[in-house]
Amino acid sequence: MAEIQIKNVAKQFGEYQALHDINLTIADQEFMVLLGASGCGKSTLLRIICGLETATTGEVWIGGRRVDHLAPKDRGISMVFQNYAVFPHLTVFENIGFGLRMQKMSNDEVKRRVERTATLMHIEQLLQRYSGELSGGQRQRVAVARALAMEPDVILMDEPLSNLDALLRMEMRAELKGVLAESKTTAIYVTHDQVEAMSMADRISVMHEGKIVQAASPIEVYRNPAAEFVASFIGNPPMNFLNATPAGDGKWSVAGNVVDGPRANGPLQFAIRPEDMQLSDAGLTATAKVVEPLGAHLLVTCELDGKMFRAVLDSDLTVNPGDALTLAPQADRVRWFDPGTTLAVA
Amino acid sequence: MSARYLPYILILPVTLFLCIFFLYPFVLVAQQAFSTGNGFTLDNFRNVTGHWKFPISLKNTLLLAAAVVPVQVVLALLMATMVSRMKKGRDMVLYIWTIPLGISDLAAGIIWLAIFEQSGFLNSMLSGLGVIDKPANLLTYQNPWIVFVAIALAEIWRATAIMLVILVAGIGLIPREYYEAAEVFGASPWKRFMRITLPLLRPSLSTALVIRVILAFEVFAVVQAIGGTLFPVLMSETFNYQFELLNGGAAAAIALIILAISIGFTVMILRLLRVPKGATI
Ligand SMILES: Nc1ncnc2c1ncn2[C@@H]1O[C@H](COP(=O)(O)OP(=O)(O)O)[C@@H](O)[C@H]1O
Ligand SMILES: [Mg+2]
Repeated sequence: MAEIQIKNVAKQFGEYQALHDINLTIADQEFMVLLGASGCGKSTLLRIICGLETATTGEVWIGGRRVDHLAPKDRGISMVFQNYAVFPHLTVFENIGFGLRMQKMSNDEVKRRVERTATLMHIEQLLQRYSGELSGGQRQRVAVARALAMEPDVILMDEPLSNLDALLRMEMRAELKGVLAESKTTAIYVTHDQVEAMSMADRISVMHEGKIVQAASPIEVYRNPAAEFVASFIGNPPMNFLNATPAGDGKWSVAGNVVDGPRANGPLQFAIRPEDMQLSDAGLTATAKVVEPLGAHLLVTCELDGKMFRAVLDSDLTVNPGDALTLAPQADRVRWFDPGTTLAVA
Repeated sequence: MSARYLPYILILPVTLFLCIFFLYPFVLVAQQAFSTGNGFTLDNFRNVTGHWKFPISLKNTLLLAAAVVPVQVVLALLMATMVSRMKKGRDMVLYIWTIPLGISDLAAGIIWLAIFEQSGFLNSMLSGLGVIDKPANLLTYQNPWIVFVAIALAEIWRATAIMLVILVAGIGLIPREYYEAAEVFGASPWKRFMRITLPLLRPSLSTALVIRVILAFEVFAVVQAIGGTLFPVLMSETFNYQFELLNGGAAAAIALIILAISIGFTVMILRLLRVPKGATI
């Protein structure tokens, strides 16, 4: 059992507040992804959990044990580094066995574990090579094998796939997810790539400027973003926003249309995902500016209410720049945000 | 001009310079060593190695190197590790530690002579504290070990910094992620030093060692200043043959012997600290 609890963790680098009061619980065997733009504090949080950095305030608990005063090796964790950190002076075998050797494990046991994890990561034929003789993808596999060989309770990964090319990344994504599920470890995975996050995570924690904005399942984060930041960060193309002004009890005026909405004091932001609209007789009237046929569908960038507004339409349609489109939002997919707090309004 | 020849054309001036000012004099010296006026002979070498002072000066030179170099390696590694961990004032400390490098070896010898001689600091201090009755002459043939220690200390003081700067540069090249990985996988600070720093420092370490060992076999001015004739070394013998005995052939022969020893040790060090085939450091 290795549940991770992060309680009121904050981190300051001199004057700079890198993390603000982080609270997060990660269930045993859960695959948690920390997602956020570069510089938002993902690595800092991961390094605090693993013990390479100490929090300014707050506590870290792993498996019901408070660990923030313990050395990394005593926390039951292992880590995959962004640049792999595969030791160049050791063979693949000795790299994978490094942690085991540090635990003074017998030669037989080291050999058994190294060979088992190497087979798992499909690098059993590379054991006698050095890091300099490996490709980026193979080095990545060695780094993962080294972490798995420790049979840790928790495995931490800091942008482990960011140095691979797109095709390899997609392949490793699926493989990594399978291997980790198999190993029954709790995983924290840092990335700035929303596709990676959506495809791998049991739960995503979206971070922004040192805070966790939302922690929920991928589909929840996608469908019900808790804040404008999440709505615009996740999804490609991102969610559309329009200004909405009150038009009576639960009614809102959006770009000249009256739409049903929450009972609240205005103004609000009306939000809809590009794929949640259809061409229709009645709805929002927009002028097409750029038309991009993407094969599976048609991406149309329009102008609406003086703002950029994107719609993903059926690829069979013919749309030309300059056309006036009437787009009907799917009512149950419309979301509302308070422009003051930027938070979602139900 | 073809790009294929360009590199060779560009290194031509340096090659010419080396040929004229290094290779040619070297050939002259070799010629001098292997002749006594009429044709090829090994007489000079026989003459030199047969002299009673040769084994002593060879032994002294090797002994001094064996005493000084290991101490310097350890000291330089220790100092380099400390400096690399400093966040502030690192350059300042480095400058201070490398001051002895800016002092000529003769001056360094004289400084340490001033400490050890009869009217020197050490004697004044010891008699001032009442440890000894009156200042004694420490650097005499009755105290060969004190002479040896004084010379070794002066050498360590003078030439540790040259290893230090090479090692500091080498340590700076080791990515921090390796240390973090080692720490996460359970390596103690000592293990990290032994398993990460030392192996990854091999190229710098062998450069530093080669330079230092070659310098150790060329030791002269410090020995001359502190030990004078009490502590003959190979280089002082070369000097004696050339300028006291005016025997250029013998001086050239010793110089070649020193060269051979230096090459031998260089090859040994490079072998010993060789990076395994395939490993990229
Ligand atoms: N050791 C440090 N000293 C000072 N500032 C740091 C340090 N480490 C990280 N930071 C700052 O903290 C912020 C968060 O960094 P990081 O956690 O690495 O972001 P991310 O991994 O999300 O890209 C950045 O603005 C970074 O400049
Ligand atoms: Mg990062």
